[in-house]
Amino acid sequence: MMNNLGASAAGSSSGSGSGEGSAPRRNSKRPKYSKFTQQELPACKPILTPQWVISVFTLVGIIFVPIGVISLMASHDVVEIVDWYDSACIPQNMTNDKVAYMQNAATDKTCTRTLKVLKNMDQPIYVYYQLDNFYQNHRRYVKSRNDAQLRSADEASETSGCDPEKTTADGSPIVPCGLIAWSLFNDTYSFKQGNENVMVNKKGISWKSDRDHKFGKDVYPKNFQNGSLIGGAKLDPNKSLSEQEDLIVWMRTAALPTFRKLYGKIEVDLKANDSITVTLKNNYNTYSFNGKKKLVLSTTSWLGGKNDFLGIAYLTVGGSCFFLAAAFTVVYLVKPRKLGDPSYLSWNRSPLGY
Amino acid sequence: MPRTGRIREKLRWSKIYTFSCIRHPESINADAGPSLSLSLSLSLPLPGPGHSRIVRCNQPRAHKRKPLDYPTNYISTTKYNIVTFLPKAIFEQFRRVANLYFLLAACLSVTSISPFSPVSMIAPLAFVVGLSMAKEALEDWRRFVQDMKVNLRKALVHKGNGRFSNKFWHKIRVGDVVRVEKNQFFPADLLLLSSGYEDGICYVETMNLDGETNLKVKRSLEVTLPFEDDRSFKDFTATIRCEDPNPSLYTFAGNLEHERQVYALDPSQVLLRDSKLRNTSYIYGVVIFTGHDTKVMQNATESPSKRSRVEKKMDRIIYILFTVLVLVSLISSLGFAVKTKLEMPSWWYLQPQRGDNSHLYSPSTPGLSGIFHLVTALILYGYLIPISLYVSIEVVKVLQAMFINQDLQMYDEETGNPAQARTSNLNEELGQVDTILSDKTGTLTCNQMDFLKCSIAGFPYGLSSSEVEIAAAKQIASEESGGSVQNGGGIDYWENGGSGFGSSPEIELEGGITCKIEKPRKPMIRGFSFEDDRLMQGNWMSEPNPGTILLFFRILAVCHTAIPELDEETGGFTYEAESPDEGAFLVAAREFGFEFCRRTQTSVFVRERYPSSAEPIEREFKILNLLEFNSKRKRMSVVIRDENGQLLLLCKGADSIIFDRLSKNGRMYEADTSKHLNEYGEAGLRTLALAYRKLEESEYSAWNTEFLKAKTALGPDREAQLEQAADMIEKELVLVGATAVEDKLQKGVPQCIDKLAQAGLKIWVLTGDKMETAVNIGFACSLLRQGMKQIRLSPMNKELITQDANKAVKEDIQKQITNASQMIKLETDPHAAFALIIDGKALTYALEEDMKHQFLSLAVDCASVICCRVSPKQKALVTRLVKEGTGKVTLAIGDGANDVGMIQEADIGVGISGVEGMQAVMASDFSISQFRYLERLLVVHGHWCYKRIAQMICYFFYKNIAFGLTLFYFEAYTGFSGQSVYDDWYMILFNVLLTSLPVISLGVFEQDVSSEVCLQFPALYQQGAKNLFFDWYRIIGWMANGLYSSLMIFFLNIGIFFTQAFLRGGQTADMAAIGTTMFTCIICAVNMQIALTMSHFTWIQIVLVWGSIATWYLFLLAYGESSPLVSGDAFRLLVEALAPAPIFWAVTLLVAAACNLPYLIHISYQRLYNPMDHHVIQEIKYYKKDVEDQIMWTRERSKARWATKIGFTARVDAKIRQLKGKLHSKVSSLSGQTVVATPPPDVL
Repeated sequence: MMNNLGASAAGSSSGSGSGEGSAPRRNSKRPKYSKFTQQELPACKPILTPQWVISVFTLVGIIFVPIGVISLMASHDVVEIVDWYDSACIPQNMTNDKVAYMQNAATDKTCTRTLKVLKNMDQPIYVYYQLDNFYQNHRRYVKSRNDAQLRSADEASETSGCDPEKTTADGSPIVPCGLIAWSLFNDTYSFKQGNENVMVNKKGISWKSDRDHKFGKDVYPKNFQNGSLIGGAKLDPNKSLSEQEDLIVWMRTAALPTFRKLYGKIEVDLKANDSITVTLKNNYNTYSFNGKKKLVLSTTSWLGGKNDFLGIAYLTVGGSCFFLAAAFTVVYLVKPRKLGDPSYLSWNRSPLGY
Repeated sequence: MPRTGRIREKLRWSKIYTFSCIRHPESINADAGPSLSLSLSLSLPLPGPGHSRIVRCNQPRAHKRKPLDYPTNYISTTKYNIVTFLPKAIFEQFRRVANLYFLLAACLSVTSISPFSPVSMIAPLAFVVGLSMAKEALEDWRRFVQDMKVNLRKALVHKGNGRFSNKFWHKIRVGDVVRVEKNQFFPADLLLLSSGYEDGICYVETMNLDGETNLKVKRSLEVTLPFEDDRSFKDFTATIRCEDPNPSLYTFAGNLEHERQVYALDPSQVLLRDSKLRNTSYIYGVVIFTGHDTKVMQNATESPSKRSRVEKKMDRIIYILFTVLVLVSLISSLGFAVKTKLEMPSWWYLQPQRGDNSHLYSPSTPGLSGIFHLVTALILYGYLIPISLYVSIEVVKVLQAMFINQDLQMYDEETGNPAQARTSNLNEELGQVDTILSDKTGTLTCNQMDFLKCSIAGFPYGLSSSEVEIAAAKQIASEESGGSVQNGGGIDYWENGGSGFGSSPEIELEGGITCKIEKPRKPMIRGFSFEDDRLMQGNWMSEPNPGTILLFFRILAVCHTAIPELDEETGGFTYEAESPDEGAFLVAAREFGFEFCRRTQTSVFVRERYPSSAEPIEREFKILNLLEFNSKRKRMSVVIRDENGQLLLLCKGADSIIFDRLSKNGRMYEADTSKHLNEYGEAGLRTLALAYRKLEESEYSAWNTEFLKAKTALGPDREAQLEQAADMIEKELVLVGATAVEDKLQKGVPQCIDKLAQAGLKIWVLTGDKMETAVNIGFACSLLRQGMKQIRLSPMNKELITQDANKAVKEDIQKQITNASQMIKLETDPHAAFALIIDGKALTYALEEDMKHQFLSLAVDCASVICCRVSPKQKALVTRLVKEGTGKVTLAIGDGANDVGMIQEADIGVGISGVEGMQAVMASDFSISQFRYLERLLVVHGHWCYKRIAQMICYFFYKNIAFGLTLFYFEAYTGFSGQSVYDDWYMILFNVLLTSLPVISLGVFEQDVSSEVCLQFPALYQQGAKNLFFDWYRIIGWMANGLYSSLMIFFLNIGIFFTQAFLRGGQTADMAAIGTTMFTCIICAVNMQIALTMSHFTWIQIVLVWGSIATWYLFLLAYGESSPLVSGDAFRLLVEALAPAPIFWAVTLLVAAACNLPYLIHISYQRLYNPMDHHVIQEIKYYKKDVEDQIMWTRERSKARWATKIGFTARVDAKIRQLKGKLHSKVSSLSGQTVVATPPPDVL
């Protein structure tokens, strides 16, 4: 090969005769052979044959449908009691002006609700409060916090980003600053079964990493909720932030305007048909923005709380894959195409164009 | 060494030449003795605007000071220098709308309007812009290196005291006296002072400037002739006053003042930079223009930055996305304003009444807040616009260009040049070319002539086949052995002497043309491929007409203007001829035993070797007159007196001209010779006819006085008189024979043209050559063939000097065009092919505004188009006409500076880098060293690059829509406040790291079919030319896919993570958890999508796709472990919350599957029921059917070509049709029992 080319070089190189003496240059410019540069790397070139298509769809169906079923079962195992109490806890005479009722600090906002346990609930039973139409994800709200201040006592005066809840009127920094902390949820619940108090364990409801690393053990609330602007709950100034689990839970802002947050755990089993009396302090103002408040008692499964959506979605996708597999099989049986059949090449299909 | 040239006897060529050395009257006057008054009067018009330049010869120092401080000979073609790089390059970057948008967004990101942190806006932008700028810098550096190579060439420059020494080109200054040796380039524009010839003539090759291959004669002033060696320049001084630098190559005005006398200068004394000294041992010259002042540099236009169609379309898509972005932002900010006004006052937890002064969330001024929010939203949804698209495409293109540069199959061993993608902007455009506009000389041909055949006294000699014939025979052979289906029905077109490609079958067509294919024996002698023992080794003596043959050889050896040069190494002679044809003749004569060995002022000496005597006999032929060749006369003659005192006129010229001038009894061989001439023409050879005439002494002397009178005549009609005189003697000729010279095509040109034609490309040839040559080459590369209807457009052959001559000619051309169009319209035979051959003059009219569209539509209807005698400007104009008139992609290919215009004008310019001139290459976008590499460049690289880029862009839009829209949906849940559900860092990494590498690997490595298949199925190329992979249907499909995916990703996540606990421990999902899960889904879905898009997985793709997904998890892990002040809510998110939650994994699986379902259905369905060509071929390859069923494979290969009316295949088809036609008439007479061979004969 090389000889051949060399000979033709002698035969037809350009007319000037100045081609000689360029031998060293030739070698230097010659690209080096490698499979990579010649685009000849070994490659796997899978073909989507009908067999593959049908088996892929079947396989997805086989995997997805059982997952869907298991998820649905898990969801059905969860027992959930939801009590919508915001309107019920307003005295009859105040229903026209709920906001005024809420803002009147003098009124006693205690309210008693009775919950019926429909199914056996094994401990731990989680107690949630659920708010509707509350934009915890609003940009102004989400940004209004300062992680550095929450974490270490030395940064107490670090309130950047906490607008408009940075400092008190006289300029001293608020700890914890920002709208999120300021609007901390402050309804409280206590449970009784018959005459017996059911203890609500409020320890360990927040994320461990938050307690250990994000909310300082030596950071104590300061100047919090002592101005005229009263939003949410007050914090015990003698408890460090890492122990204020309600705050920690609240500070994990929810993604949607409807959200649940963990209030505590009931560590006794509840039997079906038990009645639970809830004494709650209806302090939190959701009335001005027409938000609803719900109290939720729920067990969990391995998949979490009660939600059929996952199972249904899995069943839908799995089901449609089965359907597709069947459809492709039928179509394939009715009108098969031989793979690699040259009659499908464009020049064979429309010879006139070519 | 510089002395060697002097050994040769000095010739005064001006005495021999008749036409080309016509001197202007003043110079003739100067011959008699310089006349001061005349010279002065001539110099009068010079002073004035545009003629202010003063050059002090031999005083370069005078040019270091003002006002004569002209630029040095340093050239620079770089765009930037160290100082201007930053500002200029940055400016260039932000001229892109998308980049400007991101710059604004980055500026705004420091204010509180921005939804993101500044770093998340600035970092990707800096990355993207930085990468692009690095690429710019690299390219500019390459240009710099290229420039420096030229600048550091060396030339001999007078240093003073008559000593010359080497100096770098860039140090040469105006006024320097330089000495240029044979075959060297002129370093600057020079004024010729003297040359190795006594009368100051030199030959110059200007191929780099205008592409003309014939040598030009330049001549110095008489007055500078004494300066003929190094020492004589010791005290040389002169002053030149001349025009200012300008780009006109053919004009020059100025005068030279020497010893207080003034002489006028004209273009024939000027040697231009980048042209080359030929056939002259050395010249001395003085530098007039240097560096950027030289004509060639003045001609250099900045190459326009070209953008491919795909990119232009991509820009349009980006504008559409901008529109969507603005729309979405408007909706969002409207929603925000309404919410802020109506609902926000009741959201006490936001403390709406304590709005800060920025009015960002002020219910009292919802309008203002809305406007602020619009800005926020525009930034927030910016992910719809893929910021990294440009930079990814750039990276991909650079890598693709690297593959082009590294392709060993486009590396030319002869010149040592690999193919080179000089800009990487146009890679994908290579896959969409519709029309190729090609130069001829140096591109299709190598400008080397091979003496191949001759016809003497009516006998044809020469057995070797021209390349055309060889290739045609091969083609027939392969057709025959491969797609021999037609052979079935008892139809036997040809005897089958062998089988398979490359073997040597002897094929006999029914027509009786026999072409023998032998292993092409390498011609041992350059310019001579003649093979016929009847004439060699003196065997001609025993042929029927030895006398005529002798005459034939003598004409070859004597009738020329060449100079022999003794090659000291071999002892043989080489010839310095004006045209390569002449060189070939002399070589042929030498091989036949008539070696031209010496030329003196008056004689030519030929060593004649006869078999009878061992020693050659040296004969002297006295040259009495020489009537040289020019394009108008198309012939050259010499009047000689041989040793016997016999006067002879020997003449060679174009056959038509010679045949017209034959005497009655000189027509003995006319019929046979013209038959042979036709055959030669068909075989693509250049032909000349040879004739002679015996002159009587008296007749000659009468004519000679007449001729001398004409020669010494003054005035404008001198030329006409000379011609008339020549005419008088060049008649009554006796035909001797004809020569056939092969204008050697570059290797593989006909095959390449054939393949390109099969790929559906149209090929136009634009050449500066004359029509005959161009037509010959047309035949040689099968652009023309017998049976094609040739439409020749040329202006009337009348030299009207009347006022409305122009108008008349124009009307004539108009009529010709109309007639031709009419003819094509009325043609009914579907196989009829037309060829348009247009001449430069006619083209001038045809390109005028009112006629050009008519001309174009005619040209488009023709199978091949050849434009001859076109100027560089016309080449560019034709290119523009095709580009704009048809709206299709054009590719121009050429090798010389005359092609620069066309190369720059075309959508893609390709330069041939084999030859020495770099002009074309410098202006081109791609350079290859041989025309034949064009096939691979287009059909393989073009096809791949187009598909890669198209798929890549589509995917880019898909992934950014899928991602960007989820941000928008989330807004609806946050009261349109502009909060993003994802962490800033996720978003930075999305385009830059997490999804970029797989898409780059798609753009770099994807191969739908292997390169062999691309070449075997040229029709696949049409997928690009038809733009099947980047049409709106496909783009919108991908966008819809993106929309669907975004909906799936968002709403499935929202639904699943609704309010309930997502962990066994009862915790509910917060924004960080949902955002991260959603983002995981996106990463998995889009990476799975790209895996489905690819059809070719090397380990690189596999690693990159899986690696991207893995990187995401690793990043999440690392990010979670960083300080909570950095990671915020994402602190230990994966470890503590997401990984332990089965729901997290379940959602990822579900969403990834759901997102890809429609695409999977689409591709499955498409492949099953509507497969595209590459699908079927992939399957054939996959099941190795090509190995099992080779007949099918070769059949499909031969069918997979565009219906073509040019190229060998068409030629063979035409032949077969012709034969079949004959056969059919036979068969139909046998009626009834016709058995038609198996599949339908769609080959035919």
